[in-house]
Amino acid sequence: MHIMEGFLPTPWLLLWFAISIPVLAYGIYKLDRLVSKKREILPLLAVAGAFVFVLSSLKLPSVNGSCSHPTGTGMAAIIFGPAISAVLGTIVLLFQALFLAHGGLTTLGANVFSMGIAGPVVAYLIYKAGMKAKLNFFLVVFLAATLGDWTTYVVTSLELALAFSGSTAEFLILFEKFATVFAVTQVPIAIMEGAVTALLFKYVINVKSDILVELKVVEAAVVNKIKGVSL
Amino acid sequence: MSRKLELIVAAIFLIFAAQFLYMSSTTDAEYGGADGEAEEVIMEVTEGKYEPVAEPFWEPPSGEIECLLFGLQAAFGSGIIFYFLGYYRGKNQAT
Repeated sequence: MHIMEGFLPTPWLLLWFAISIPVLAYGIYKLDRLVSKKREILPLLAVAGAFVFVLSSLKLPSVNGSCSHPTGTGMAAIIFGPAISAVLGTIVLLFQALFLAHGGLTTLGANVFSMGIAGPVVAYLIYKAGMKAKLNFFLVVFLAATLGDWTTYVVTSLELALAFSGSTAEFLILFEKFATVFAVTQVPIAIMEGAVTALLFKYVINVKSDILVELKVVEAAVVNKIKGVSL
Repeated sequence: MSRKLELIVAAIFLIFAAQFLYMSSTTDAEYGGADGEAEEVIMEVTEGKYEPVAEPFWEPPSGEIECLLFGLQAAFGSGIIFYFLGYYRGKNQAT
């Protein structure tokens, strides 16, 4: 769940725009370069974007009796990196703000930062670290997507706590309150997202692993191991 | 092709569904949106004085229409995902 329209007061909503816009600009630049150099990645880009679309439309019930939705940005972060994920996340957030009254235009900067930047950065770093440690590929994807999703909602709580507190002590109390709403609700949903992301990666590797190898997402040796081909 | 991962994901899904069935039948939880609850927290800490700085300029006229739009969003997205998975699969088999 994103921060709703109008629910960030003025200095804060501007701050998040100021942070998100440069990242978004860099993401558009990177995307443009990648697409003009490697047109064959377009279908995969569409799949990653569509995955964000699907997952962020599914409001799931959680253990504490409230609902929230996954983000789906883990896949894009792993394949294309956080900057391009920010572009894909922004498209979805804009769509939801305009047509679904979900999230908002004034809170778009903050929502892009939590869902399009913070979550994907964490997912990307966990993926890279996990692959370097030579852990099981699907386990690493699961961890990256789960923790990336969860980070999005921890950051959403942070953004709200910062905006509505006057002092450090107040900030801590407020952060706890918002985290109870967002971060706790998100735990089972983030786990579901991690599992579904791992499954989708399995199918992408099955049908189109060469692009992932070319984009240096996975090494050919890892793909061969997954497909059970011994070299 | 091994189906191990599918089984693990199915198990996670079943635990999730069982948890929901159990919780929804034993408690009177409302299953409202987390964003609405955050709004309540904001109203509580500002003692109801907070005025949203903006309003959504268009809202779905009813819960049904909102469901429709969210449903379309999911359908559109999964259409793209499975089109390309199928496209690549067919291409692989043709060569």
